[in-house]
Amino acid sequence: MPAEFIRILIGLVAVAISVGLIGLVMVWVERKVAGHIQRRPGPYEVGPSGLLQPLADALKLVGKQLFMPDKADPILFWLAPVLSFLPVLLLFLPLPLGDGLYALDVNLGLLLILAFSGLAVLSLLLGGWASNNKYGLLGAARAVAQSVAYEIPLLLSVLAVSFVAGSLNLAEVVKGQGTWPWNWNIMTQPLAFLIYMVSALGETNRAPFDLPEAESELTAGFHTEYSGMGFGLFFLAEYANMVVVCAVATALFLGGWNGPVLPGPVWFVLKVSLLMLLMVFFRWTYPRVRFDQLLNINWKWLMPLAVLNLLATSFFVKLAQFTEVRW
Amino acid sequence: MNAIKEAIKTVSDLWSLMVGLRVTGKYFLEPQRTVRYPWKAVSNIGTFKGHLELVGGGQKDPFKPRCISCGMCALACPSHCITVVKKKAPKPTPEEEKALAEAKANGEKTKDKAPKDPEKFVYDYSLCSLCGTCIENCPAGALSFTGNVYMAGYSRNDFLFDLVVKLRDSQAPAPAEPAAVPAETSEA
Repeated sequence: MPAEFIRILIGLVAVAISVGLIGLVMVWVERKVAGHIQRRPGPYEVGPSGLLQPLADALKLVGKQLFMPDKADPILFWLAPVLSFLPVLLLFLPLPLGDGLYALDVNLGLLLILAFSGLAVLSLLLGGWASNNKYGLLGAARAVAQSVAYEIPLLLSVLAVSFVAGSLNLAEVVKGQGTWPWNWNIMTQPLAFLIYMVSALGETNRAPFDLPEAESELTAGFHTEYSGMGFGLFFLAEYANMVVVCAVATALFLGGWNGPVLPGPVWFVLKVSLLMLLMVFFRWTYPRVRFDQLLNINWKWLMPLAVLNLLATSFFVKLAQFTEVRW
Repeated sequence: MNAIKEAIKTVSDLWSLMVGLRVTGKYFLEPQRTVRYPWKAVSNIGTFKGHLELVGGGQKDPFKPRCISCGMCALACPSHCITVVKKKAPKPTPEEEKALAEAKANGEKTKDKAPKDPEKFVYDYSLCSLCGTCIENCPAGALSFTGNVYMAGYSRNDFLFDLVVKLRDSQAPAPAEPAAVPAETSEA
C-alpha cells in the first residue's frame, strides 16, 4: 500500500511540474502559430525566438495584486479558479504514457477522467456567478449549456471504443491496438473519433466553440473579473484540459504508446502534441460559431450520430461474441 | 426528402473546413511580412509624410527659401498652423531716399524694395493635420513634406518651428562625429 501511495505522490509531483511546463510551452506555441498564420513573427524578444516570453508573462501574473469586484461573493469567487485547476491534476493520473508508465492503475480510468472533467463546468459556473458581472454571468450560463450538451456525445463516442476494447482501463484499450496506424481504433471507429474531437473542442471551450469566453462579445466571459493568478489558474486549467483531452484521444483512437522504432512514451507525447497543434490550428482557422449553431451541431448532429454509432458498434460486438461462441 | 438533401449538403459543406485549414497552413509556411523595426527599417521609409519644410533655392541660394511670402498657404490651411511674416523693406539710406524722391518727382514708377522671402515662417506642427493643402496652393512650389520619421519632443513648444531658421540651419554641417569617424579610420 505505501508503494502505491508513493507512486501516486511521485505521479502528482510529476504531473504538477509537467502541467506548469505544458502551460508555458503551449502559450508560446499558440502565440507563435497565431503569429505565423497571420504572417507575424509572434513573440521573439524574450529569450531565443521568444521562448521565455510565457515565463515572463507568468511571473507578471503571479506578481499582480488580486482584485475582487465590489459585492462579489468572496468565497465562491476565490474557490472557482482553484476548483478549475485541482481536478486537472487528478485527470493526469490514469493517463498511460507508456507500458506501465502511469501514476494510478485504475481499471475505471476512463470513467475517472470523464467524471472529474465534469467538475470544470462547475468552476466556470461559480466563477461567472460569483463575479457579480453581467458578462461573467452570461459566460457562465453559456459554459453550462455548452458543456452539459457536449459531454453527452463525448461520452457516447468514448463508450463505443470501450465496447470494442471491452475495458474502461486506458492501458488495456491501448494494449488492444497494434503498432501500425491501420491497427489503431481510428480505423474501426472513424466516426467516433470525429465526434470525440468536435465534442472535445466544445468541452475544453476551445475555438471555434469558445463561447463562454467569447472575447468579442463578452469581453472575457466567465473570467472577466479575474486578474493575476486567478486568471492564470483558469488559463492553466484550460491548457491542461486540452492535454488531457488529446491524451485520451491518443490512447483511445491513435494507438497510445504503440508505434514503430521509437520508444512508447515518445510516440505518446508525439501524438498528443500533434493533436494539440491541430487544435491550435483550428483556433486560428475557424471563426466562432453562433450559440444556436453550437447547440444545433450538438443536438442535431453529434448526438444522433453518436447514438447510431454506439448502436452499430454494440451490434457488431455482440455479433462477434455470438459467432465466437458458436465456433 | 428535403431534409435528407439538406443533411447531405451540410455534410458536404464540411469540406470547407479542410479548405480553411489549407489556407492557414499555407500562410503558416509563407515568409513573414513583419519588419522587425528597431533592427531593420522598411525600405520605403522615404514615402513618409512628415512635417512641412521650406524648399530652398530662392535667389540661386539653396539655403534661402523659394517662398515669396504671398500667404496663400496660411490662407488655405484648415488648421491655421502657418503664420507667414513678411520682411520689411530695409530702411533706405539718405542717398537712396533722395533718389527715390527724385524719381517720384520725375513721375517714374518706383520699385518696392522689400525682399520677397519671408522674415519668419512660423509653423505649429502640433496643429498640423498634414493635409497638404498648403503645398497644393503654393504658387512658388516652396513647400514640401519632410521624410522625418523620428520627430519627438518633450513639450508643445518643441513642435513650434520657424521654418526659415530650420532651412538656414540645415546648411550648417552635420554634427562633427560622423565625419570624424572616417577620418580616424583613414589615419589608421
